[in-house]
Amino acid sequence: MTDQKETNLLPDDPETTGHSWDGIQEFNNPLPRWWLWCFYISIVWGVIYTIAYPAWPMISGATPGLLGYSSRALVAEDIAHYDALNADLRTQITEVELTAVTRDNMPELYNFAIQGGAATFATWCSQCHGRGANGVQAAGYPSLLDDDWLWGGSVEEIEATIAHGIRTEDDPDTHWSEMTAFEGFLSDEEIGQVVNYVRRISDQEADATLAAAGENVFLDNCAACHGDDAMGDRVLGAPNLTDRIWLFGGSAAAIEEIVRNSRFGVMPAWSGRLSDAEVRATAIYVHSLGGGE
Amino acid sequence: MSFLEKHKKIETNATLLLALSFVVVSIGGIVEIAPLFYLENTIEDVDGMRPYAPLELAGREIYIREGCYNCHSQMIRPLRDEVERYGHYSLAAESQYDHPFQWGSKRTGPDLARVGGRYSDEWHYDHLISPQSVVPESIMPSYAFLADVSIDGGRIGDLMATHRFVGVPYTDEMIENARFDFVEQATDFGDTGITDRYPGAQQRDFDGNPEVTEMDALIAYLQMLGTLVDFSTFTPDESR
Repeated sequence: MTDQKETNLLPDDPETTGHSWDGIQEFNNPLPRWWLWCFYISIVWGVIYTIAYPAWPMISGATPGLLGYSSRALVAEDIAHYDALNADLRTQITEVELTAVTRDNMPELYNFAIQGGAATFATWCSQCHGRGANGVQAAGYPSLLDDDWLWGGSVEEIEATIAHGIRTEDDPDTHWSEMTAFEGFLSDEEIGQVVNYVRRISDQEADATLAAAGENVFLDNCAACHGDDAMGDRVLGAPNLTDRIWLFGGSAAAIEEIVRNSRFGVMPAWSGRLSDAEVRATAIYVHSLGGGE
Repeated sequence: MSFLEKHKKIETNATLLLALSFVVVSIGGIVEIAPLFYLENTIEDVDGMRPYAPLELAGREIYIREGCYNCHSQMIRPLRDEVERYGHYSLAAESQYDHPFQWGSKRTGPDLARVGGRYSDEWHYDHLISPQSVVPESIMPSYAFLADVSIDGGRIGDLMATHRFVGVPYTDEMIENARFDFVEQATDFGDTGITDRYPGAQQRDFDGNPEVTEMDALIAYLQMLGTLVDFSTFTPDESR
């Protein structure tokens, strides 16, 4: 091997490293200076970095770093910064009468409530009520665009519903009611009659004889909550049955299912997750969507 | 440059090179890994964390089996936009019983670290049966088959024992009662043993079907995600 080493080199060639494997040798070319300096600088920078920022693990914790950097303090600071920017409006909105916040009355606060409420709605409410707030009617997620309200459509009533939810077990102020499941209480015949009655009063195709007989069944069993005129009762969250807006569908089969087994939806209480200002802004936003009273 | 000349010795002696490489790699490994085993501060002290109840653990297995982690992370980073959207940033303590953890940075769907209690069981059921029925713009596939697969928790005790082996503090009592708790959580026939063993465990029929199905398990898991830590007693350690 050593023999070949000598013979293969040209006079101008740089030194070799002295390694030779099967006659293959390696020139000892130095690294480019700029590369080498970058390398040294990065080592120095690395040392400085570990001193300045949290880095070295010690027995009971990592070194905190001279700059006092903390990702948790930063996020708290960031949130506090934006809260402070809106602090005035946030206080205003928690103190003001909600009904007083209108476009003409308090344009700035109204704008804040609509924009903030829309953001909150998109984040927390849209999954059930839909991005456009039109809900999924047949599946029990009500549309918030129409003027048909289960628990009231004034801005205060909407705020109470958002804050305390519907049938939220751990919130004492929540809306609570449960429709009776009439399976077993009513005979199959009576159920057929009352279903036809509900179809008739909602202007849908119904068997006239059965519907006529169903009126009494309705007055005896359903009217206590839904009202003699079937217009519903918002104190009990009993829906209006005459308006052809259905929470779980208005077909004869869907109505029969509800009479037999009862159905009702739930909504979380948001007062724990959202601030008062957010709840109130969202109430104003929902109220503004078209159905507000 | 006699010091550099010595370098030749290492390069020309394969065994020496191997031995010294090993030393260098070991130092790197020790510096990076060893502190995690004795550093108390990597897992902060919080109130409320407990191991998963058997049904929740089964739900977690389904979550992993179906590859939910491919689209959903479970890690809220300490950034304002994430905290405002998802809730309090995640703590190491919250995934201390996760084997493997479900962090991640790829979010085709939203982060699920605090999805618990955010929606109703009915919503989760509707959404897993057909995501587009409640969120029309969603691209999530349907998991309707979960509702048809009955499970009886036959192997859940073994699974818990395995988790205990890797450090989850399941007690003998928990493992003995694993199957009982598994069924009890999804049926709620009134026994309170499960809430003694797993404080805060939510007991009910999650999918509206009296049988215990994979749907029950997955919804039970989703409904407890991120709900355990009591943040009213939590003070963030500022040095991280």
